[in-house]
Amino acid sequence: MKFGILVNEGPYTHEASDTAYQFVRAALAKGHQIYRVFFYHDGVNNGTRLTVPPQDDRNIVKRWSELAAEHKLDLVVCIAAAQRRGLMDAAEAKRNGKDAHNLAPGFRISGLGQLIEAGIQADRLVVFGD
Amino acid sequence: MTEESAGGIAKKFLYVNRRAPYGSIYGLESLEVVLIGAAFEQDVSLAFLGDGVFQLTKGQDTKGLEVKNFSPTFRALEDYDVTKLYVEKEALEARGLSAADLVVPVEVVSAQRMAEIMEAQDVILSF
Repeated sequence: MKFGILVNEGPYTHEASDTAYQFVRAALAKGHQIYRVFFYHDGVNNGTRLTVPPQDDRNIVKRWSELAAEHKLDLVVCIAAAQRRGLMDAAEAKRNGKDAHNLAPGFRISGLGQLIEAGIQADRLVVFGD
Repeated sequence: MTEESAGGIAKKFLYVNRRAPYGSIYGLESLEVVLIGAAFEQDVSLAFLGDGVFQLTKGQDTKGLEVKNFSPTFRALEDYDVTKLYVEKEALEARGLSAADLVVPVEVVSAQRMAEIMEAQDVILSF
C-alpha cells in the first residue's frame, strides 16, 4: 500500500512525531511505500537541524534525516507553517533577509499543495497529531 | 468512493475541525489547507465537531487577543466551491448554539450521521 503521512506536532513535546516515525519504519519493513511525509503546524519543528537532545535520548530530527536517506523518503515541511515558526532553508533565509537557516538534511520546504497531492496520490493518508 | 471528474479522479476530502478558533492555531491553519486544497478540484467537505463549532459563530471579536479574526474567511468558501459544511448537532446544542448563530449556512447533522459522512470519505484531515 502507498501511504501519505501528516505530522502535526513538534518533537519531544508530543508523541505524534515518534509514532509517525515508528509507523513509517514499520510500513517500510512490511514492504509498503511511503509517498510523502508532510510536516504541518508545530510539526515543522521536526525539521530543524539545530536540536541538541540529551545523549541518552532519541534524536528525533536526526532519525527522520537518516530514514529519509536510507529509503529516499520525501520529507516536506509546509512553507507557511515554517515561516511562522522560524524554520528555513538557505534559499528562504536569503529571500527573507535572515542571517541563518536551519533545515535538516533530507527535508525540503514546499507548499500545502504537496499535502493535498499526497492525499490524492496515496492509498491512505494517515494523520499523526493531537 | 472515488469518482471521475473532468480533471481526472476526484477524491472525497473531509476537513474535521475539532477546536475552538483562538486557543490554538489549528483552526486557522486548517482553513489555510482548505483554501489551497480548493485549487485541486476535489470533492471537499468540512466538519465541525466539539469546540470546533465555535469557529463558525457570529460576532467574533479578537481585538483583545491581538490575533486575526478569521471567521469572515468562511463566508468566502463559497467562491472556492466549498459548500458542504457539516456541523454536529449535539456539539451545537451542548454549547447553547443553533445554526442561526453561525456565519455561514451549514447542514446540522447528528453525531451518527456525521459518522456516516466520515465513513464515505477517501481522505480525512483532522485538526
